[in-house]
Amino acid sequence: MREDAHGSRSGSRAAGAGSLGRWWQRSLVQEAVFGYLLVLPAIVGLLLFDAGPIVSSFYLSFTNADILTPPKWLGLANYTLLFQTDTFYKALRVSATFAFVAVPVSLVISLLLSVILNQNLAGKNVYRLLYYLPAVCSSVAVAMVWVQLYHPQYGILNWLLRLVGLPKLPWLNSTRWALPSVMIIAIWGSLGPQMVVFLAGLQGIPASLYEAAEIDGASRWENFLNITVPLISPSTFFLLVTGLIGAFQAFELSYVATGGGPAYATYTIAFYIFQCAFNFARMGYASAMAYVLAVIVLAITLIQFAVQKRWVYYE
Amino acid sequence: MGATRASIFKSRRLNERIVHTLSHLLLLLGAVTTTLPLFWMVSASLMQDWELAVYPPRWIPERLMWENYGRVFTVMPFARFALNSVKLAVLSTVGTLLSCSLAAYSFARLRFPGRDKIFLVLLATMMIPGAVRLVPVYIIFTRLGWVDTHLPLFVPSFLGGAYGIFLIRQFYLTLPQELMDAAKIDGCNPFSTYWRIVLPLGGPVHATLGLFACMGSWNSLMGPLIYLNSTELFTLPIGLTYFRGHQWAKVDWTGLMAGCVITVLPILALFVLTQRYFVRGIVLTGLKV
Repeated sequence: MREDAHGSRSGSRAAGAGSLGRWWQRSLVQEAVFGYLLVLPAIVGLLLFDAGPIVSSFYLSFTNADILTPPKWLGLANYTLLFQTDTFYKALRVSATFAFVAVPVSLVISLLLSVILNQNLAGKNVYRLLYYLPAVCSSVAVAMVWVQLYHPQYGILNWLLRLVGLPKLPWLNSTRWALPSVMIIAIWGSLGPQMVVFLAGLQGIPASLYEAAEIDGASRWENFLNITVPLISPSTFFLLVTGLIGAFQAFELSYVATGGGPAYATYTIAFYIFQCAFNFARMGYASAMAYVLAVIVLAITLIQFAVQKRWVYYE
Repeated sequence: MGATRASIFKSRRLNERIVHTLSHLLLLLGAVTTTLPLFWMVSASLMQDWELAVYPPRWIPERLMWENYGRVFTVMPFARFALNSVKLAVLSTVGTLLSCSLAAYSFARLRFPGRDKIFLVLLATMMIPGAVRLVPVYIIFTRLGWVDTHLPLFVPSFLGGAYGIFLIRQFYLTLPQELMDAAKIDGCNPFSTYWRIVLPLGGPVHATLGLFACMGSWNSLMGPLIYLNSTELFTLPIGLTYFRGHQWAKVDWTGLMAGCVITVLPILALFVLTQRYFVRGIVLTGLKV
């Protein structure tokens, strides 16, 4: 259809070539000039805040930049130091655990809830709204509330555990439970946004497939595994890719809820980069670490794109 | 024969009803889980201090301590924080909508050399974690003398952003070409086509991006943490952390919960009011993938 429109336009241009004004009005030149003008702010932004910094931070990662003095070239020193630093490995492990546990778990929960919600149930919109609310709230406020809910002595969660006969947990106060506790907050906040995407995807699965399977005597669970899971996979893939990229940048919840503790148990790589850059004024070192993180995240993304053929169905 | 069919029908109806009831129970459990912490936050913000330190925990305050809210405003310049947050959220939202929709229209609907390459570069930057940008951007703002002002927190939003441009472009691509051609025949130049035809049609999609931008600015912690030093410039989230860090001996938790409610309530209200458009916007952009 667009090709068609293009063709008729060139025709009218030839007809009106007599006057310069009309040529301008009809021509592709006008379109191109406007095209460039309208993207200009975005290009300036791209250069100043995206592409430019991505390039210059690569340079900075080889220097001892600290804002106050002009950066001095250090060669690979930042990188070698990084790979000898214990805190770096700890932070990396925290972030990786966070990403590879919290993201899949929340995807499973939100897919199940979406499938349940996708039936013709009363109050569908109300449920969807309620599930979304946590994602709207400031993570600072959210973290502070959860700190109270997690209180070992007076917190509601331990009270609930006791109620169902389970032992109390130390939650944020122990090295073992602190990270799972932070992950629970993150999962709680991510269900709503994921469900919006899943629900939109579920609408696209033809009902006839389920009807045909029902005639063949398939159970609901079989339908879920054989029809829903494969056909929703493009949405799952999208959420997995963006979710993992996001998870490796997680920092706010630990910053507020635990300060990265106890004993670095919730100290994420983004937290470490932030502190190196702005609390310890080691900006070159922070840039090196950010680059290592970027390479890891990029590798994970590329691997996902490479293996998607095996499990993602596109019609 | 007829009887068995009727009984199959009946058992299926029964089965259906059981599934529906179970579904509602599960969904209800989920909804309680997502909203309970928020309910508790409001409840705790109206409690007396000692009520937070009793076992079994309390759900409802003994009497409503509205003075918790008053205390937040007297101990801290919380009204100032709120005002700063509103200012930054409005500016960021306007900036994001303006710059992203203009660029999206250009990428989706106008032809110019290099268009697709530029767009690809823009998309590629989305895959690079934000941490990489942190230091150089900070150096730029330091050179400009913008540290400890609000400028670094809203000026970038007037210069596009890959995510927003992508989101809106997806929608602009779906508009029929005939519409653009008709506008052109009526003498519209590319900008007036955008202004008169494209912009009014994008309601739900703009609402979606606007809401994202507003939420992003309102809830942002890292930006204010990096760029703001003076208390009178603080926004609500950083004000909250300051409020807690400010008290050495004993944290005023009920006051803090009141602060949390003040931080969360406006954006929650905005979301509830606009969520209709928001959900439609997500579907329209084909974010369904």
